[in-house]
Amino acid sequence: MFKHSLLAATALALVAPAAASAQTEIQWWHAMGGRLGELVEEIAANFNASQSDYVVVPSFRGTYAETMNGAIAAFRAGEQPAIVQVFEVGTGTMMAAEGAVYPIYQLMADHHANFDPAAYLPAVVGYYTDPDGNMLSFPFNSSTPILYYNKDIFAAAGLDPNTPPRTWADMETMSRQIISSGAASCGFTTRWPSWVHLENFLAWHNLPLATQQNGFAGFDTELVLNQQAPLIRHWENLARWQSEGVFSWAGGGAGPDAGPKFYSGECAMMMESSAGRAGVLSNATFNVGYGMMPYYDDVAGAPQNSIIGGATLWVLTGQSQAQYEGVARFFEFLSQPEQQAWWHQNTGYLPITQAAYDLTREQGYYDANPGADISIQQMNLNPPTENSRGLRFGNFVQIRDVISEEMEAMITGAETAQQAADNVVSRGDALLRDFQATMQ
Amino acid sequence: MQTKRMTFSSRWLPYALLAPQVIITLIFFVWPASQALWQSLLRQDPFGLRTTFVWFRNFERLFADPTYVDSMKTTALFAIGTTLLSLSVSLLFAVMVNRMIRSRDLYTTFLVWPYAVAPAVAGVLWWFIFNPSVGILPYMLEMLGYDWNHRLHAGDAMALVILAAAWKQISYNFLFFLAGLQSIPQSLIEAAAIDGAGRTKRFWTIIFPLLSPTTFFLMVVNIVYAMFDTFGVIHATTEGGPAQATNILVYKVFRDGFIGNNLGSSAAQSVILMGIVIVLTVVQFRWIERRVNY
Repeated sequence: MFKHSLLAATALALVAPAAASAQTEIQWWHAMGGRLGELVEEIAANFNASQSDYVVVPSFRGTYAETMNGAIAAFRAGEQPAIVQVFEVGTGTMMAAEGAVYPIYQLMADHHANFDPAAYLPAVVGYYTDPDGNMLSFPFNSSTPILYYNKDIFAAAGLDPNTPPRTWADMETMSRQIISSGAASCGFTTRWPSWVHLENFLAWHNLPLATQQNGFAGFDTELVLNQQAPLIRHWENLARWQSEGVFSWAGGGAGPDAGPKFYSGECAMMMESSAGRAGVLSNATFNVGYGMMPYYDDVAGAPQNSIIGGATLWVLTGQSQAQYEGVARFFEFLSQPEQQAWWHQNTGYLPITQAAYDLTREQGYYDANPGADISIQQMNLNPPTENSRGLRFGNFVQIRDVISEEMEAMITGAETAQQAADNVVSRGDALLRDFQATMQ
Repeated sequence: MQTKRMTFSSRWLPYALLAPQVIITLIFFVWPASQALWQSLLRQDPFGLRTTFVWFRNFERLFADPTYVDSMKTTALFAIGTTLLSLSVSLLFAVMVNRMIRSRDLYTTFLVWPYAVAPAVAGVLWWFIFNPSVGILPYMLEMLGYDWNHRLHAGDAMALVILAAAWKQISYNFLFFLAGLQSIPQSLIEAAAIDGAGRTKRFWTIIFPLLSPTTFFLMVVNIVYAMFDTFGVIHATTEGGPAQATNILVYKVFRDGFIGNNLGSSAAQSVILMGIVIVLTVVQFRWIERRVNY
């Protein structure tokens, strides 16, 4: 047994360098499990088949946080991959890591790649550019939260199954009608509470979450979310709706119980990432409807535009020139309208270029799949403002945990909405100051 | 106590025999521990590109942070709850099994089984049983009129992690209690019985006091287990929530260090934990180890 494995290991050791010398290997760490992971493998295989100089090797590294921290630990040990997929909340940390990351705009220029920043959708790219408008990472998979609803429950409750709620007032009255008619026991539930009911809520109502253009203009950013009256009102409503059954809290963080609540018919509506579309369709045994996020119609400037989540590909330093050349070719490949359109249609993530969006429309995809373009319309509803361009904070992973915890405390009634928001600000600011101090 | 004195023919032989243990301790304990000590005095960005020496600021901030103090209270509650529950249940099992004659080995085998289940697997099992949406227990509790939701109610979450952690430890405690019970001289119990002491009386006045060395030993072991070895259970069930209600110190080290990338603070927390382990070990060796009879 031992002899065999020894032989196999020797054989492998002899073969491996031979293969590597023929083609340059590019390690790509990603966080896409399940069906999405298969699609990642497929897109890498397509690239590898399209040319013979480079081999992109995707490797699944767990959740977003695990992937990012794995890459950081690997960097400290000098074993980092060429490409790592980092979620949007890690953007501030990655951006600040000068010397560890190789900005995309620079990489593409250094390797004379075919790269036109203007071809990308501004609402997507804006999140990942530096103050001078340079793209720092490659927006691979971006999504935005939308409303999914159960058309069968709407019909059973005597509501029009083709009219989703438009405002939060609609949301409340419709939910109450659904509950009183007995069609479902809860109105709506949500995934990603912080992303949906804080970050996107404020962007959608064109209100600031923090100073310094939500952190885009400097590390000395301070949270101001507790001064936004519409947010406090919304959180108060959530807590009240929770106690009345209109809303059902499905856990902090990713809101892991939201899916089961929606699929089982317990809740009639769910707020979830547009990229959850494939999952929703495969789990739902009813007709699914799509809508934009509701808003408060008495807030001036609402609805503005929603912000994105998802992840981008960061290139790390310490690789060979040949590898960077390969990365540049790979990103060119990923930017092609055909690849983008394929990725968008199969995953539900947003197309990142205008050309991919146009191509998908020409192919008749949106006519065949009504609701698939709600996310793009919502993102592009208005040109992004300082409040709706995105968020850029260091330690954002921890700040999101804080938000999630304080929202939980508010939902259980342990704190009022104002207290929860104040606590988010004081605890979040401490983390922002920590990060700022590290950067000096 | 009598100590035996060994004499070696060669001067270096004892050192050579000790060397493997010393080397392992140096590599796997002293070196990482000193790294943690050093790191706890630094402030560093995640990538290790910028490092500042900040003396004890990481510690000062920790003790000024109400969530850290809360986490200490949570840990105390969790450790005491887990220890009490697992000790009392396993003592009950041990006493009951000890009364069996033919089926004793069979029951012992069954009761020891859970110890072989990995903490993370045990956590997932509990996660399924107690899941507010799809779990069987919340469904049954709802029929009794109790709305179980450990995602929302701090009390439910704490009950869940204590239950899951205690369940895991029952097998271990059970074995020690059973061995302890079997070493109690039968003559004492018979004498008490002849004097007219009933079953309960005999247990509380004879068996329980004679078992106390085992109980003390298990108490320390269980507290250490609850504080340091329950990461898997918490990670798989509540992830420290809701609103930090089950965020025990060890889990907080992981969350701050490996998810939040706040290495300095995380290292400072591990140093504090190291202090707690040292204290517990001293307690065990100084006061308890001497009195334990196996």
